[in-house]
Amino acid sequence: MNRYPLWKYIVIAVALLIGTVYTLPNFFGEAPAVQVSSAKGTVRVDAALMGRIETVLKEAGLAHQGVSMDATGQNNFTVRARFADTDTQLRAKDVVDRALNRDAADPSFVVALNLVPRTPQWLAALRAAPMYLGLDLRGGVHFLMQVDMRQAVDKRMEALTGELRTLLREKNLRHTGISRAGSEVEVRFRDEETRKRADGVIRDFNRDLLVRDEGSGEDLRLLVALSPNATRDIQANALKQNIGTLHNRINELGVAEPVIQQQGADRVVVQLPGVQDVARAKQILGRTATLEIRLVDEEAMAANSPGAQSVPERRPDGSTRSVPLRRQVVVTGDQLIDANATFDENQRPAVAVSLDARGGAAMRQASRENLKKLMAIVLYEKGRGEAISVATIQSELGNRWQITGQFSTQETNDLALLIRSGSLAAPMEIIEERTIGPSLGAENIERGFKSTLYGFLAIAVFMVVYYRVFGLISAVALTANVMLLVALLSMLQATLTLPGIAAIALTLGMAIDANVLINERVREELRAGRTPQQAITEGYDKAFATILDSNITTLIAGLALLLFGSGPVRGFAVVHCLGILTSIFTAVFVSRALVNLTYGSRKKLGSLSIGAVWKPGTTAGANAK
Amino acid sequence: MEFFRIKRTIPFMKYSLILNGISVVTFLVAVGFLVFRGLNLSVEFTGGTLMEVRYSQAADLEKIRGAVEGKGWGEFQVQNFGTSRDVLIRLPLQPGYSSGQQAEKVMATLKAQDASAELQRVEFVGPAVGAELAHDGAVALIIVVVGIMIYLAFRFEWKFSVAAIIANLHDVILVVGLFAIFGWEFSLPVLAAILAVLGYSVNESVIIFDRVREHFKRYRKMSTVEVIDSAITATISRTMITHGSTLCMTLAMLIFGGPALHYFALALTIGIVFGIYSSVFVAAAIAMYLGVKREDLIKPVKKEEEQSLVP
Repeated sequence: MNRYPLWKYIVIAVALLIGTVYTLPNFFGEAPAVQVSSAKGTVRVDAALMGRIETVLKEAGLAHQGVSMDATGQNNFTVRARFADTDTQLRAKDVVDRALNRDAADPSFVVALNLVPRTPQWLAALRAAPMYLGLDLRGGVHFLMQVDMRQAVDKRMEALTGELRTLLREKNLRHTGISRAGSEVEVRFRDEETRKRADGVIRDFNRDLLVRDEGSGEDLRLLVALSPNATRDIQANALKQNIGTLHNRINELGVAEPVIQQQGADRVVVQLPGVQDVARAKQILGRTATLEIRLVDEEAMAANSPGAQSVPERRPDGSTRSVPLRRQVVVTGDQLIDANATFDENQRPAVAVSLDARGGAAMRQASRENLKKLMAIVLYEKGRGEAISVATIQSELGNRWQITGQFSTQETNDLALLIRSGSLAAPMEIIEERTIGPSLGAENIERGFKSTLYGFLAIAVFMVVYYRVFGLISAVALTANVMLLVALLSMLQATLTLPGIAAIALTLGMAIDANVLINERVREELRAGRTPQQAITEGYDKAFATILDSNITTLIAGLALLLFGSGPVRGFAVVHCLGILTSIFTAVFVSRALVNLTYGSRKKLGSLSIGAVWKPGTTAGANAK
Repeated sequence: MEFFRIKRTIPFMKYSLILNGISVVTFLVAVGFLVFRGLNLSVEFTGGTLMEVRYSQAADLEKIRGAVEGKGWGEFQVQNFGTSRDVLIRLPLQPGYSSGQQAEKVMATLKAQDASAELQRVEFVGPAVGAELAHDGAVALIIVVVGIMIYLAFRFEWKFSVAAIIANLHDVILVVGLFAIFGWEFSLPVLAAILAVLGYSVNESVIIFDRVREHFKRYRKMSTVEVIDSAITATISRTMITHGSTLCMTLAMLIFGGPALHYFALALTIGIVFGIYSSVFVAAAIAMYLGVKREDLIKPVKKEEEQSLVP
């Protein structure tokens, strides 16, 4: 007798049911949609906006198939409106864009075209979603950007040099020079006494500094370096800040679902699905904007001379004037924490700027010494500087201060955005780039799907012809395998790439091995003269150990690929590993359940339909007795 | 229906000496090509730019070559990709150009030649990334080999573990060697395919070893050679059918998968064919040369169990 206890059938049935449900979303296709998200930190996407979009669409007479609001992150929402066809979608985009963004030059919302899965409500409620397609399948741009950490640290060292100079002056410690020496700051002294005091002062000033002595006689030196911890912090912050800046810049592109992720210690992955204009994307991402706050050289300004360095400033009336700057940089972009449009105590629009502790201290000192003088915020883009704000210092400033003036709210919004965009902490370089056209992506899906389908059909037909009912059961188990694999990939929302599709195909080709092993074993047992029921039991039992062994070796290879692979290899490995797990389940348990249901309860089972079992000594094949 | 009606045990091991001789020769040839000619590594490993351009009509490769040559960037490749309308251009890394700037320049020239030129795909890999990928690939290979050896040593015995790994590394070298001989492009997906085949072929050897162990237990009187022959004979039908099925899949990929999957599918197909050969003729033979014995596999077992195994 070959019967599974009821619970086993239930487990298998439940697994298959879950598999079916989570595979389903992949069959509904995608609907053209218009997606609205916030372009600015100050603009919120909320239910009111959703209502507004619905009204706008209704007024324009555009029929939609549903407007929904989804969370895309913490406190981050997008509104998506689905349409029947791309025509309506394009018209709707224009209408919504015009209604929401009064000023095209400075949009508050990103209105983008997107494709939204047509997953029915009840499936969406179960969090069932179609597989997440990689860029090679849907088209788009992939960038891997390397953050130049040396420069981030360099910048800090530069600032540290200035800080030490100020510190020693404040404490009245006479030195004979401060300069950068590689990754250290070198301070020279004439006498031991001063050096000792300076040592203590510097240590007290910042506990993250490593200070050591060098030299003798008249040439005494202190070498100040950053501790490894401080260096790590600088690098981590630089990366974080760069990712933030990238977010802002990508908003400009109006990409529906950008991916911006940290990879390793100093890399950022940027994926922009659907973006075709690579040149523009690169231009916007690759901006090497940096920000500096400097004092204006008023003497030069009065004399109308360019001074040491001058940058243009665009006035509200459209004219430009040249602003000469003093040499010393008070604050750099990496010390900026945030800049936001706000209102001052008199309810006039203003920009609130917050700096980190170092920036705050530098600002405090510079403003105290230069009250009622002009200060400029300079944004450098591609090597060219532009003064985005020139204002009079009204009081001593610190970590948080405001820029006020005859601003409109629009102008404060712009200024805040500009200041924020200038805070790239360290330059980035694109070290890997992949662009895939949308038609190529669609072709890749079709090719991958076709090869899997044809390969699968060939195997299924062969199995049925060769092993009859057992072959049919194997084919059904293999189908269950694909389904579970697709369901798992959909559930995990793992990125499916072309190598991933290839892995599905390969996994199927390998998974059938388990069924062949079982069927061959059953035949062998029949050949050895066992009764059909015995042959089933023995066949499955003996084959199981072998199946486990062989799958474990394959899994070892798969896991190594997963751990050490990158890009296309990882896409392959994820699917491959998952496929091995699902194939053990379906080939052994699902197929056994089917065999048990078919044959298990028959008391007088005369033969098994497993194709002809040939026995040595007989000439013609006969069904096994 | 049954394809394999084997009356007697096939004396596989009798042929193994000649075949292993051939194996050694082909192995050395493959190594020779790898060393002296090297692999045609894809831009993923070498760094550089890869462009896929589509034309509305069959592309004039000579004209495109001329256009790229004009840039004076050194060694480059222009070839058809899949169809005569698709062209693949490979550019070497060029100091002073960042990221896809080279691709943009080439594209501008090509557009000027033929307005229908359309950029389908660009891949740019910086020099550091390429070196890293090559390193990661090597690490992955070592991990796979060591992992499988440990598992087999634990599951069977060290002689089998060594035999299986030698046999399957021999496959890997032959496949990689073919890539070197024919100058086929060796890319990351190909590396993935080779590692997957390594895992897959080892499982083939495992199945044969499993039988060897079982037959050692069952047929107490047989010599080692006879046991190995009978084990391979007993599994040959399954070996052929399984690999046939897997080949169905890889051939489907090779035929319908398009150029993007071409070398990946090719590596799998060749790897699987070699996998059959090496499992049958190489792995077991090496275990035999290493002097595998009944005692190596059968831990002292209880009397009753032995009896139940006698047919």
